[in-house]
Amino acid sequence: MKFLLQIISYLGLGLSIIPAILVFQGSIDSATCKTLMALGTLMWFTTAPSWMNKSEEEHG
Amino acid sequence: MWSKKALVQKLEAVNEYEQEPIPSNKLKGWKRFLGTYAGEHTAGTEFVIGPLFVAHGASAVDLVSGLIIGNILAVLCWAFYTGKIAVKTRITLYYQLEKIAGHQFTTIYNLVNAGLFCFLAGAMIAVSATAVGIPFDLAMPQLTDVYPNSIGWVVTVFAIGAITTVVAMFGFDQVSKFANVAAPWMIMVFIAAAIASLPRLGVTTVSEFWPVAKEVIWTGVPLEGQSKFTFWHVMFFAWFCNMAMHIGLADMSILRYAKKWTYGFSSAAGVFLGHFIAWIASGILYALFLIESQNSLTFAPGPIAYSAVGIAGAICVIIAGWTTANPTLYRAGLAIQSINPKWKTWKVTLFVGLITTIAACFPALVMMLLEFVALYGLILMPLGAVIFIDIYVLEKIGLTANYAEKARKDLNWSVALTWILTLAFCLGLNIFAGIEVFFLGLPGWFVAVVVYVIASKVNQKKPSIKTVQPVI
Repeated sequence: MKFLLQIISYLGLGLSIIPAILVFQGSIDSATCKTLMALGTLMWFTTAPSWMNKSEEEHG
Repeated sequence: MWSKKALVQKLEAVNEYEQEPIPSNKLKGWKRFLGTYAGEHTAGTEFVIGPLFVAHGASAVDLVSGLIIGNILAVLCWAFYTGKIAVKTRITLYYQLEKIAGHQFTTIYNLVNAGLFCFLAGAMIAVSATAVGIPFDLAMPQLTDVYPNSIGWVVTVFAIGAITTVVAMFGFDQVSKFANVAAPWMIMVFIAAAIASLPRLGVTTVSEFWPVAKEVIWTGVPLEGQSKFTFWHVMFFAWFCNMAMHIGLADMSILRYAKKWTYGFSSAAGVFLGHFIAWIASGILYALFLIESQNSLTFAPGPIAYSAVGIAGAICVIIAGWTTANPTLYRAGLAIQSINPKWKTWKVTLFVGLITTIAACFPALVMMLLEFVALYGLILMPLGAVIFIDIYVLEKIGLTANYAEKARKDLNWSVALTWILTLAFCLGLNIFAGIEVFFLGLPGWFVAVVVYVIASKVNQKKPSIKTVQPVI
């Protein structure tokens, strides 16, 4: 479960920057980039809190 | 999970080693310090500082070279100065200062620190307000504004101030965890916002970036009413913007957990992500805004980030401002509470939150952030010089280190005099020689060193120290 959540988190993190690179390359437009980045934000914040702080606590 | 009991437990955990050196089994590895510094230095302030370099007319060459050299100097200070002292003593700045300067002096120092924390938190609340105000079509502050420009601005600031204060009163632990989660995402959004804006500035290939950077983004021409920034401004600002943390030794609290002093070099992760990439990214965003608004004097990080990457950008500004304001407010509360530990934490934080929120209503706090950050470091710097001399020099010249503790004094006048005379000297340089606040830290440090050695020689001639010498 934790592994799956981590995958979703990293995908979300990727969606927070890759669309911007695609805009720079002219592959997608700005509106699509904004939507994808909003989706990435949602994915990151709904999954990362459940494993990030736990793994910190485990490592002390 | 929001219970007071949990907060008290957290506070007790935080205070665990405040009055004693860190035991060797509690020391942390270098990865922990990389993460701490990377997260701490990508904050709400970055959304303001990067654009202010553009507004002050820094040229692209001056900006990049100034940031690289200034950041390297800051990292060297963190390692060779803060790291070495922190690992040697393994105690907090506050405890070390109490040993040297006495309890009364530490109280005054804490009060000054709390006041500075309030202003910094206030600026971050104002930054968040610029993003929260977007859906309400709030009139944004101008670069030259000093006073609040509308009732809507005051209401928005008070709403954010109230939420920040309440959370600081009850939920520091949650905010701290939330800030950890937000840090990597914020770095991504900072970079993404800049990259997505580049085509609108005419950059469509990597090779086109530098010519556009020189001619369009960092033109070297300041905006109306702004002073001109040179290489030296940028370099000294990058070096000294965290002067309170490295030369002022506030980061002894962090680095005392390091296994080796060389972990101070991990601050490079913070300064090169936050004080290089993030400043450049936010500068790019602001330059685009200036072009598209035909040099409007409006200065609002929220709408600028929203225009670049939409809702993710606006959320980034809110979170960056809020996660900086919240712990800062909390620390201000703790600093004031140290005057009288019987005061309730929540009442002190409420009081501090009110002062901070009132300060946040004044846009001048954001517009003058560069000057404020430089002043903040300058005010706390002399105490870092005092600790440095106390640890490495005093005993070698036949004087007593940790004088207040050994002579059982509540106030070591040598330290108080060093603080007052150093700041008076810096003020004099500023007023009579016209030297800007960014450059005062370096001469000020040497003055502090000389004054402290002389004042200690005079002060320690008094016989009081002899009364507590151990009798063999």
